[in-house]
Amino acid sequence: MKYLAEIAALLIVLLFAGSFIVVLNTGEHEWGGADGEAEDVIMEMSGNSYEPWASPVYEPPSGEIESLFFSLQAAIGAIVIGFFFGYYYRGRQITTE
Amino acid sequence: MHIMEGFLPPEWCLFWFIVSAPFIIYGMYQMRILIRENRETLPLLAVAGAFVFVLSSLKLPSVTGSCSHPTGTGLGAILFGPFITSVLGLIVLLYQAIFLAHGGLTTLGANVFSMGIAGPIVGWAIYKTCTKADLNTYVTVFLAAALADLFTYVVTSVQLALAFPAESGGFVTSFIAFATVFAVTQVPLAIIEGVVIALVFKYIIAVRGEILTKLDVLSASAVARLRGAMA
Repeated sequence: MKYLAEIAALLIVLLFAGSFIVVLNTGEHEWGGADGEAEDVIMEMSGNSYEPWASPVYEPPSGEIESLFFSLQAAIGAIVIGFFFGYYYRGRQITTE
Repeated sequence: MHIMEGFLPPEWCLFWFIVSAPFIIYGMYQMRILIRENRETLPLLAVAGAFVFVLSSLKLPSVTGSCSHPTGTGLGAILFGPFITSVLGLIVLLYQAIFLAHGGLTTLGANVFSMGIAGPIVGWAIYKTCTKADLNTYVTVFLAAALADLFTYVVTSVQLALAFPAESGGFVTSFIAFATVFAVTQVPLAIIEGVVIALVFKYIIAVRGEILTKLDVLSASAVARLRGAMA
């Protein structure tokens, strides 16, 4: 089967997406970040006594700007992946012609 | 898996910097040699780094009702081993610490250890073992990438539990609490990451399988067999 890997991947992704139909019907969820939730656990474990001793050098002033930097990060990665896959793909075609 | 800036006591920050430093230094040395002696692998190195960039920027919802992100380090670990991957992880974590207030400079050592070192070591070891055992290549890549991702979050839980043991129950109670937040959320995301990296691996074999042989990732006969299956 030529596309077995693709079909398996598609099924797993669909299963993942489908699982949210169940999750959405089982109560309220905040969809917050796990990193932030860990902060709450740190507070709980230390009996609310822990004081962060450093703060970030720069904090995105708003959620919009934060998402800008996240998109930028994904875009930089995607450009590199696309460029080099194209480069490899063409290179192979030229040498096999 | 990002431990936020300031959320790790100074002695632990220092400890994880000391643990991570040798990996980074040796990784940079290995990278230098690779670039000098094997220039045609440079694009692949860029792609492996780019995958860490893309996947770690995607915050995905999980079945637990919270969000987390994959790590994308599995591909680098399989192709270049854990040392070079630790350098790739460092670059991404620096970007996120400086521009996104995600993770932090004081916790950089700890975060590099979980995402750039511990996870990739597991992924790399699984890849080598399963390849030797002659398991299907795509299943092997899937396992390596998914478990590298998951193990990263287990290590973060260990790091936090060591620094913040519970008043009653100590390390174990604390570890369970952190692992519930991190590792459980991560299971479905790790599976998705494994699937994506396995597919990408298929395309790398398709376009430049011979480089995998050069990097000692797959034997020439395995590349030929897998390519035959695609035709």
